Amino acid sequence: MAPTKIRTVGILGAGKVGTVLARLAISAGYEVLIAGSGDPEKIALTIDVLAPGAVPAWPAQAARHADLVILALPLSKYRSLPIDEMAGKLVVDAMNYWWETDGERTDLADPETPTSQIIQTFLPTSRVVKAFNHMGYHDLDEQARPSGQAGRKAIAVAGTERADIETVEGFVESMGFDPVLAGSLVDSRKLQPGWPAFGANLSAGELRRLLELGPADRPR
Amino acid sequence: MSIEFGIDSFGDLPRGADGNVVSHAQAIRYVVDEAVLADQVGIDVVALGEHHRPEYSISSPETVLAGIATKTSRIRLASGVTVLSSDDPVRVFQRFATVDALSNGRAEVILGRGSFTESFPLFGYDLKDYEILFEEKIDLFHKLLDETPVSWKGTTRAALDQADVFPKTQSGRLTTWVGVGGSPQSVVRTARYGFRLMLAIIGGQPARFAPYVDLYRRATEQFGTAALPVGMHSPGFVADTDEEARELFYPGYREIRDRIGALRGWPPLRRAEFDADVATGSLYVGSPETVARKMADAIQALDVGRFDLIYSAAGTVDAGARLHAVELYGTKVIPMVRDLLSSGKLASRG
Ligand SMILES: NC(=O)c1ccc[n+]([C@@H]2O[C@H](COP(=O)([O-])OP(=O)(O)OC[C@H]3O[C@@H](n4cnc5c(N)ncnc54)[C@H](OP(=O)(O)O)[C@@H]3O)[C@@H](O)[C@H]2O)c1
Repeated sequence: MAPTKIRTVGILGAGKVGTVLARLAISAGYEVLIAGSGDPEKIALTIDVLAPGAVPAWPAQAARHADLVILALPLSKYRSLPIDEMAGKLVVDAMNYWWETDGERTDLADPETPTSQIIQTFLPTSRVVKAFNHMGYHDLDEQARPSGQAGRKAIAVAGTERADIETVEGFVESMGFDPVLAGSLVDSRKLQPGWPAFGANLSAGELRRLLELGPADRPR
Repeated sequence: MSIEFGIDSFGDLPRGADGNVVSHAQAIRYVVDEAVLADQVGIDVVALGEHHRPEYSISSPETVLAGIATKTSRIRLASGVTVLSSDDPVRVFQRFATVDALSNGRAEVILGRGSFTESFPLFGYDLKDYEILFEEKIDLFHKLLDETPVSWKGTTRAALDQADVFPKTQSGRLTTWVGVGGSPQSVVRTARYGFRLMLAIIGGQPARFAPYVDLYRRATEQFGTAALPVGMHSPGFVADTDEEARELFYPGYREIRDRIGALRGWPPLRRAEFDADVATGSLYVGSPETVARKMADAIQALDVGRFDLIYSAAGTVDAGARLHAVELYGTKVIPMVRDLLSSGKLASRG
């Protein structure tokens, strides 16, 4: 399978992370559609101020027109994703199980089942790759910088198909970060809360080192 | 624009003269002492945040504010924040109207969702209702502020039919802010209700929040609500020298940060991260000169009308050092910031 050509990015979630990723994607030259939970009218002003150039849309619209769909909504809302419009598409999962806003959810908290696998199972024909979940939204906003610039930070990428991983690595690169391969969707648990790489706002070398550690080894 | 300066505390437990961490009861009395000093040294506001965790002594800000009210004469008395989602808006209104009476009109409410969730199980709420609880309760609170009989219906509490709520305030309206952490939807909602916006900036570069201030102002234009001054609150600590401030602040700050981080799955704080946050991020830690310069930069970059320093973020710091921090903030930092802002001594920004 050849890498997917990305022209249009559809972002589902117009909150802290969604608006930052929209701004970065606009700067990187993509067409961006962004959706909250419903009527685009509700987010129009927010997008105009925080991510000018991005186009507010309904979730299904944003998914349908996108070459790459980013999930930036609360994980607990995943069942409301527009499955049909996402069929066959490349999907970047930036979500985490955050019990403080998602509520206590035993179905999302099983350490043996990474949450990106839950999403992959829910979207059987989509190609899910995890990325952008481990970095806080203000670091994402502040740290994006051109390739090769000193102090560039890394974003970990985990997925199934080689070609999709490569596409997302290229996408991460264009958004202003060095991509670091974290492995398969099973390995994507290493990017989840509770693992050393979670929260990482670090260089590629430092991030690679953290990805080798288990959940209990938390270096200071 | 005249800038107002406040101090924020969650009632962290400091160390007493014997070096031991004090009791919750003593910690509350220290907060009262600090507020009394703040009143004397010209600090405009004291804001007390509601928490339900062992490291903090303030779960009921209004009760502490009531104690402060009768011992002070000019400082304004605020919460920072009141966790409205797990409280009853009618009771919140009544308690603050009571503090307003005791203080001759100095009470202010800062509503928020809080950065913790302990209050949900404690008061019998379900976290899955996080959004709807806040949405409905802020709506009811907004109605109550008119101080006329209220009719309201929702799903999260009993309906009200022409309910009249007492005491009424002398001024006729409680000053109300909403504390927002970085969610654009919350900024827009705050503007929609015509509440003041208090930005909680606890990480990252302060200037990054400028678009949120812009969003608030544009939203108030769109909704036709008043564009009130925006405030910010950030953690920090003042001592006689930079070095002393950092060494006093770091251990207690790290302890709390790591304890909370463990709950959220963050790795432990590293000293380099802390130093970077002091240098360019959102920690206002240092000598009066350092803190004043940093505050003036942030106030100018964000064009805010109020700055509240969360001085209690030093956790188990020595109580005497904490009182001294309040004194330095009032006597030195605030006049220096005013001077920097009025004399154009700041690096100009294009
Ligand atoms: N905050 C961070 O620093 C950070 C960093 C990395 C990853 N993450 C993850 O990113 C996700 C979003 O976090 P956040 O902090 O940005 O949350 P947030 O500020 O609360 O924003 C959530 C957004 O999702 C939207 N949404 C809800 N249901 C939706 C649906 N069915 N379809 C499309 N959009 C929907 C919301 O729209 P409405 O307002 O219309 O409901 C809102 O715009 C979470 O999974 C989080 O764990 C967060």
